[in-house]
Amino acid sequence: MPEYVVCKLTDIPMGQSRRFTAGKRDIAIFNVQGDLHAIADRCPHEGASLCKGVITSLVSGDEPGEYRLERQGEMVRCPWHGWEFDILTGKSYCDPNRMKVRSYDVKVAPGETLAEGPYQIEIYDVSVQDDYVIVTL
Amino acid sequence: MSDTLDRPRAMITAGAIDTDVHPPLPRQADLLPYLDPYWAETFQSRDVDVLELMSFPERTKPYRRADWQGEGDALVAMQKDLLDPLQLGQAILNVVSGAHALFDPYLQLAVCRATNDWLADQWLSRDDRLRASILVPFSNVAGAVQEIERLAGDKRFVQILTLAAGELPLGRQSYWPIFEAAEKHGLPIGIHAGSMLRHAPSHSGYHSFLIEDHIAMTHGFATQIASLIAEGVFAKYPALKVVAIESGVSWVPPLMWRMSKDWRGTRVEVPWVKDSPAALIRKHVRLTSQPFDAPEDPSEVETMLSHLLSDDMLLFSSDYPHCHYEGLDVLPRGVPEAMLQKAMRANALATYPRLGG
Amino acid sequence: MEATELDREKTAPKRLGVVDCDIHPAFENPQELGKYLPQRWRDHIRDYALRTPNPFLGAMTYPRMTPGNGMRRDSWPPSGKPPASDLGFLCEQLLEQCNIEHGILQPLAAGAVTNNQDLGAALCVGINDWQIDKFAGPEPRLRASICVAQEDATEAVAEIDRRAHDRRFVQVSIPPRTIEPIGRRRYWPIFEAAEHYGLPIGLHTGAFGQRPNTPSGWSSFYLEEHYAASNSLQTVIVSMIMEGVFERFPKLKIVVVEGGFSWVPSLAWRMDREWKRMGGEVPQVKRKPSEYLRDHFWFTTQPIEEPEENRHLADLVRWIGADRLMFSTDYPHWDFDDPRFAFRTPLDPDDRAKIFRENAMALFRLDHR
Repeated sequence: MPEYVVCKLTDIPMGQSRRFTAGKRDIAIFNVQGDLHAIADRCPHEGASLCKGVITSLVSGDEPGEYRLERQGEMVRCPWHGWEFDILTGKSYCDPNRMKVRSYDVKVAPGETLAEGPYQIEIYDVSVQDDYVIVTL
Repeated sequence: MSDTLDRPRAMITAGAIDTDVHPPLPRQADLLPYLDPYWAETFQSRDVDVLELMSFPERTKPYRRADWQGEGDALVAMQKDLLDPLQLGQAILNVVSGAHALFDPYLQLAVCRATNDWLADQWLSRDDRLRASILVPFSNVAGAVQEIERLAGDKRFVQILTLAAGELPLGRQSYWPIFEAAEKHGLPIGIHAGSMLRHAPSHSGYHSFLIEDHIAMTHGFATQIASLIAEGVFAKYPALKVVAIESGVSWVPPLMWRMSKDWRGTRVEVPWVKDSPAALIRKHVRLTSQPFDAPEDPSEVETMLSHLLSDDMLLFSSDYPHCHYEGLDVLPRGVPEAMLQKAMRANALATYPRLGG
Repeated sequence: MEATELDREKTAPKRLGVVDCDIHPAFENPQELGKYLPQRWRDHIRDYALRTPNPFLGAMTYPRMTPGNGMRRDSWPPSGKPPASDLGFLCEQLLEQCNIEHGILQPLAAGAVTNNQDLGAALCVGINDWQIDKFAGPEPRLRASICVAQEDATEAVAEIDRRAHDRRFVQVSIPPRTIEPIGRRRYWPIFEAAEHYGLPIGLHTGAFGQRPNTPSGWSSFYLEEHYAASNSLQTVIVSMIMEGVFERFPKLKIVVVEGGFSWVPSLAWRMDREWKRMGGEVPQVKRKPSEYLRDHFWFTTQPIEEPEENRHLADLVRWIGADRLMFSTDYPHWDFDDPRFAFRTPLDPDDRAKIFRENAMALFRLDHR
């Protein structure tokens, strides 16, 4: 499984997402409280870019009139129809068993190690001082 | 036209539970014995007599078949026309009364109480196959709960009746005490065709024709069920069942699809709706079988019904004495055998727990 | 069922020329429409506001789930202008990306639902000028709708007369939540003019009306409103058929826009059944109601119906007829449909061509200019 170096760690600030192309795939990488998560940047419903969606909490409530925010920053809502996906797993909130966005392994490696690995470098100017984001397809 | 059933059909209806049968509306003289002196005097002085709904005019031609006029003793006519030839096991009486549409909340309660007592006395006590729906005043919620509690001990009352179009969408919190009492006593909420006409029957006001009001009745059913779901009634009262009576059946899959689709994008507005509306409808909503809006081709009827993804929802009904079919041809064509078998009895027993006891 | 990914890109059609029957152009700012109004009405709106049956001045009765009153979150142009107000970005994001060969503009500005009917008529004139000036004039792929304030049929007909010679206008547009059922004779002059010029009438789901959105009063939630609005389109069909509109105007063609279509077969069965029982009440209805429905109505596809089992969508197409469905995106609204992915059931290639292109090409005569 090829591994792609897609960006510097600092390119994805906390609480935000960025879209990258790795090989032929569009990948959305989210920074959730400092942890990176990668999913396909394509809503399985009608194909919208999830990076353009809003990063939110899980809205829950047991009783009518009760609104609870849980798992802050771990859900993304599609920019079109508002379908919610779990950034950590890619699962659809409303259809967890039938629909998910593919998720990918993502890791961070120091620039100095990149020369060693069998990586596909999708960016230029790798510097040894920085940390880099690597996605496994 | 034939008054006898062919053999296979008679075998199917024998012992069946008919979930929608109509006695004629009680008139002032019928109700006087069940009114206290104040209300008896009021009914007489103020001409409270025939409370026939404009949206459901039961004495007009579409509602009373030429050969089902119910002349003489209406119960005897019903026995002869329906109960005996179909060999029905049980039948649920639904009085579609203008009581629902009265504005005076106390008068509404008085008419409901008297009608319920008249039903028990003049119908239920005279034929042990009969069961009935309780009339309650939805504009007087405390009175409605009081009436449910008064009759809850009488197991012959099996359901609470309301209309497809009322004062407020049915899921509104002000009605919840009624649902609480209904759930507690195992009484489904029967939503019957008909409107209080508190509001126009369409987005463009009042129609020219009765036929338009009738076609549009599905808007009432669909939006009442949408309201029950969105307001969280099924989250609050998970054992509650709702029966759409005389709704036409085939409007339901489109509601399921549209609401389930929209729920995916709007459920954060109503986070207590945790299952898809389609799943909630399959769990909580039941449908009586007459009238039946279906394609002419029987094989397409099966396809249409398959869109429900459930064989628990359909309940057999004759809708006696309305004009939907000839003779005793009460069973809609094209319903798959297994689904029909369940509709005749088992689904009703699962919907109305008080029928079994 | 095992979790699956729905990746339909592989099966998407390559370069299918699509006609989009529902695009919503927007003003760049609240003042833009004023440029297309006489001074008198500019002053009127400034001094007394633009009054509609909506309880709020400007705000939505049921707040939408996304910014801009329910826009796609990715539809703001780089210029920062409102979604669908920037022709260049509209062309790039919609026409190019979705391979739209022709798009029909459906302005939702308040002309037809304004309480002041003279103001409504003036707004419609302005909106029609603006559509040509900003969109259909500079961009030949886009076609305009003749917006009319239908409650004043005389003014509505005058506006149709003014525009009908301009082939950049391809339909008459009125909202379905009319003050009276739309089959009533007060609206017949509009039908007469539309039939005369061979223009279909497009009825687009409307967010405002004078009557509650359910026959039990106003619903609480947008989830309910979004469903309930579609019932107004059923009312249009039933009223026009039962009032005998198509007996009087046999060539009239009606497009039901953004009302869904899953309910169409059930409505047809229900109308026919009730007509058997109560047809005597409506002697002007000479044929089965479903026959008028079949002959006179077209349906746009967005928001695409999504049955729990995809194959059930094929049943709907069969029951309604592939020759009566026309694709639409509803750009730039949140419930947009992408022509590449909207249909979740395989379509026969001929049916696909009809739904995505041919039906609209023929109905709107898009080959003529």
